Amino acid sequence: MTQHLPVLQVAIPLLASAVCAIVRNARIAWLIALATTWTAFVIALNLLFRVQSEGIISYALGGWAAPYGIEYRVDLLNAFILVIVTAIGSVVIPFALKSVECEVDKSKGSLFYTAYILCFTGLLGIAVTGDVFNVFVFLEISSLSAYALIAMGQDRKALTASFQYLIMGAVGATFIVIGIGLMYVMTGTLNMADLAARIPEVRANRTIPVAFGFLTVGISLKLALFPLHLWLPNAYTYAPSAVTAFIASTATKVAVYVLLRFFFTIFGIAFSFDIMQLHIVLLPLALIAIFSMSLVAIFQQNVKRMMAYSSLAQIGYMILGISMVSVTGLTAGIIHLFNHAMMKGALFMALGCVMYRIGSVDISAMRGLGKRMPWTMAAFVGAGLSLIGVPLTVGFISKWYLILGALEQSWWPVVVVVLITSLMAVVYIWRVVEVAYFKDYPDYDCKPVCEAPLGLLVPTWVLVATSFYFGIDASFTTKIAEAAARTLLGIGL
Amino acid sequence: MEDKIIIRVGAKTLIPFIMVFALYVQFHGDYGPGGGFQAGVIFAAGFILYGLIFGVDMAKKVLPLSVAWLFGSAGVLIFAGVGVVTLLLGGDFLDYSVLAHDPEHGQHWGILLVELGVLTTVFGVMISIFYSFAGRRGLGT
Repeated sequence: MTQHLPVLQVAIPLLASAVCAIVRNARIAWLIALATTWTAFVIALNLLFRVQSEGIISYALGGWAAPYGIEYRVDLLNAFILVIVTAIGSVVIPFALKSVECEVDKSKGSLFYTAYILCFTGLLGIAVTGDVFNVFVFLEISSLSAYALIAMGQDRKALTASFQYLIMGAVGATFIVIGIGLMYVMTGTLNMADLAARIPEVRANRTIPVAFGFLTVGISLKLALFPLHLWLPNAYTYAPSAVTAFIASTATKVAVYVLLRFFFTIFGIAFSFDIMQLHIVLLPLALIAIFSMSLVAIFQQNVKRMMAYSSLAQIGYMILGISMVSVTGLTAGIIHLFNHAMMKGALFMALGCVMYRIGSVDISAMRGLGKRMPWTMAAFVGAGLSLIGVPLTVGFISKWYLILGALEQSWWPVVVVVLITSLMAVVYIWRVVEVAYFKDYPDYDCKPVCEAPLGLLVPTWVLVATSFYFGIDASFTTKIAEAAARTLLGIGL
Repeated sequence: MEDKIIIRVGAKTLIPFIMVFALYVQFHGDYGPGGGFQAGVIFAAGFILYGLIFGVDMAKKVLPLSVAWLFGSAGVLIFAGVGVVTLLLGGDFLDYSVLAHDPEHGQHWGILLVELGVLTTVFGVMISIFYSFAGRRGLGT
């Protein structure tokens, strides 16, 4: 049965989502979601270890051989992405039980888990497949269910946020499918490996650069690269806490994976970076994203929105690493996918705990919370340290590689930007710390606030602990990220 | 529109043919143009015509919303279920060749079953969308 694991990774969640939609009972749907996500996590780990020991796993869907049928192809990079998505998916589900009861309309309970598993299926499908049209189909599955999830937020603004995301996401998906269509016209194939082999023959034709352009814009919209990020802050702010924690740590990461896959594996470095000069576009955008979004984050009053802007800056770090087109730079980008998923998941879940108890995440409402909810705020600070990049946290590992990569290229100004924006992260995290620990709890509020329930705290702390563990011993993640970077660049180990 | 006799009789005559045509599109899908999606839309169109003429309340008596939902999920289960069955019979996921005594018949049955799943889901979802739009009242009421 183990040879079928690549397809079971997607098929089990797909089946589970249909069952969830039938049962119409939130508690049973939650149990199904719990079982599904953890099964998927075990499968993803198994795939990762098998890829590490045996190399690339290829699976022919329906028994049709690779260039003609749909191929599922797992290499180190997408096995790593699968592990990130399933790990976050399975940690958020235990958290979701109480958080969703509190934040989502009761009648929509089972639908929430249906949409959640569908989104999960879509993200896993994008990562596992070796077929570009399949990427588009799963992208639509994950996006459509994400719009539904975001619209379930308590605030009515969630509806407009979701609609804004729907429009931008649909434009992005259209651009991606146009790009895929143009590539198909020129090569007659949709298989990634086959495309990679055939594109060099036809790349003199103008159609391929046009496809490249459409894909660049479409994928940048999906991963919310500055200046195509406008959908993200509202979507993250008004979505239910569990959804924000899940989507913020997975959806943009998978989009970054799609970017790596298209520009490194399919178009190839020679075309993407020597002929099309993609890094000249990506580098300034990444730097502007890092700097301006960190600046905007400092002035936010809603902490969830603050973290959303911080996510945009972090996406900038990933793209910065990728635009170096070197082993160290790519390693930094890939490892930051994992590291940022852990820390931002923990931060949004800590904010979910705050939301559960006081019903708001405005910075003014968080006065004195350090004493009232010590564990929640400690988790926030722990993950916040990671966001800043303090040594012994995962954030430090990412920034270390990023700065090493920049130094290799003698990009001193880039090093300065990375260091300055880390200080800016200190500022915005400190604003929350100051209010939570050094301001008194407002006494006009007569109902006492106590610590969040364990059901919310334990998953939050699991991610905080992971972000410290992989900050202290990063050998596992760096080894995978570096090997994946070498494969993408076509350099042997 | 219940008082318009021509429309009522016309619709009653047309609806069975629309539904049979949907099944034709479904079963002929592997020889000519067609398939589960188109068949599901046509089948739902016949039903929506009934809803337009006789009212959404009547249509809901024939096919309640919960049943439409059930169809929506059941189709996915049929589709993915075929995949699981082929796995259990020793083939790859959705490798229909193992479904019958010889690969040719297996492929034939497999694609029909999968398209039946598509038909079911598309039909269920179309009807659900129709109900939710048609059942919406103005904001004031």
